[in-house]
Amino acid sequence: MLVVENLSVSYGAIRALRGVSFHVGGGEIVALIGANGAGKSTILNTISGIVRPLGGSIGYEGEEITRQPPHRIVARGVCQVPEGRRVFGRMSVQENLEMGGYTLAGGKELARGIERAFALFPLLAERRRQAARTLSGGEQQMLAIARALMSSPRLLLLDEPSMGLAPLLVERIFEIIAAISRDGTTILLVEQNASMALAVAHRAYVLESGEVVLSGAAGELARNPEVRRAYLGE
Amino acid sequence: MRLQYYASRDKQQRFFTDFRQSGADSMFLQQLINGIALGSTYALIALGYTMVYGIITLINFAHGEIFMAGAFVGLLLVGVFKLNVFLAMGCAMLFCMALGVVIEFVAYRPLRRSSRLSALISAIGVSIFLSSLALMIFGANAKAFPEQAFPVQQIRIGNADISTLQILIIAVSAALMVTLEFIVQKTRIGKAMRATSEDYNTAALMGINVNRVISFTFALGSALAAAGGVLVGLLFNAVSFNMGLMAGLKAFAAAVLGGIGSIPGAMLGGLVLGVTEVFGVALGYSSYRDAIAFAILVLVLLVRPTGLLGEKMQNKV
Repeated sequence: MLVVENLSVSYGAIRALRGVSFHVGGGEIVALIGANGAGKSTILNTISGIVRPLGGSIGYEGEEITRQPPHRIVARGVCQVPEGRRVFGRMSVQENLEMGGYTLAGGKELARGIERAFALFPLLAERRRQAARTLSGGEQQMLAIARALMSSPRLLLLDEPSMGLAPLLVERIFEIIAAISRDGTTILLVEQNASMALAVAHRAYVLESGEVVLSGAAGELARNPEVRRAYLGE
Repeated sequence: MRLQYYASRDKQQRFFTDFRQSGADSMFLQQLINGIALGSTYALIALGYTMVYGIITLINFAHGEIFMAGAFVGLLLVGVFKLNVFLAMGCAMLFCMALGVVIEFVAYRPLRRSSRLSALISAIGVSIFLSSLALMIFGANAKAFPEQAFPVQQIRIGNADISTLQILIIAVSAALMVTLEFIVQKTRIGKAMRATSEDYNTAALMGINVNRVISFTFALGSALAAAGGVLVGLLFNAVSFNMGLMAGLKAFAAAVLGGIGSIPGAMLGGLVLGVTEVFGVALGYSSYRDAIAFAILVLVLLVRPTGLLGEKMQNKV
């Protein structure tokens, strides 16, 4: 579904990615794990078209999407839940969802999408008129996910969905991720919380300073002694 | 004191009648109305600064020249093509919408990824280019609207005399601002504007075509400036190539006063500035007329650095 080949990105003189290659198959949950600054978010932002790559290519459903503008990429069915939630704080919950459905053709589709979001997250329905910044961190994360789902993406990019959340909420978020996957959405997940990520993912790639150093089935990686030492706190 | 009807050439004087000669009550109302009319025009121009800044954090220094261009287009249509004032204003707004979009496309978009200073210098360049162009085409003398362009009559309300021109200015400005508020709050593109101004990258991640939103913002701001240009041209009965400079600076001061990036702030800032300026002149400080605007700006920013309605700047992570 998504094939990333030899992707290189630099911010000025700093090389953020050095020839990263990986792929995501339809229906999979694939995790990218690694420390801060390993280049995980850069990968997602390059796929989404926010960051321009130096070299390499990104193929989605057999077509090259490298260097396409972000709104075209969303229209093709790739949507991102950015790091730090990034809800539009001064806009209401409902308006945030409307923005998520910006690429939808008509008001009917939009209304249906919002209903679906409220069914998935009943809490958001109660707060539909509230400004998004008045929500708690967990609620904002749910809003961010619901907002990204509005465009009915076939590939969902999730950037650190567990960041800054209490352990109970982290579990809830990962339950939701599993549920989204069961509904047929392919997921590319970036996480620092490697144990949760490896528990939910089918396959994973380990990144270190802009390079893929390890890859394999999530279960295998979770048993790998190096991974356990570096990312699972043993 | 009863206000006399001044010849149109001296309309400007009518604004600044000496406060001390009059009964304080009637003059207060009178000057308040004068101030609101003047302030409305500042607000119309200030909105363009604040909206553009809100979205791409650029001070569009060519905005004053768009206002000037709007005044000239209105003048041409009324003077040469004998169009009705309202029709001329509409055409001037359309013309300036296109002008604003083209300026953004040619002078700012290529610099989107360079330093903010480059775009600012480019804006100053566009501003000089437009005022020089107007100087070449229309000459250095101020041009006046024909006498019959808008029939000015005085209406007596209480102890104050209001001219129909002031009513026109206040009504048109109010109608435009209500329309703007509707667009920004209720329409799809208006919501996209708010989203883009809150978080540019995330808006793009939601599938919003941010370039189109930016073009739309320039079009909206420029249309308001054009309307302001025609109204100011009527009010002072003078349209000149350099009218954009001081009006632009004052409107910019109004935008900062209200809190740059805030739409209600620009409206409030414009009114506060207009009213204070008129009262300052009425109290006899007419030679400091232009200084008053900037003095208020300095004072307010000393107390409230974010402006009257501005939100605290947050550094994005």
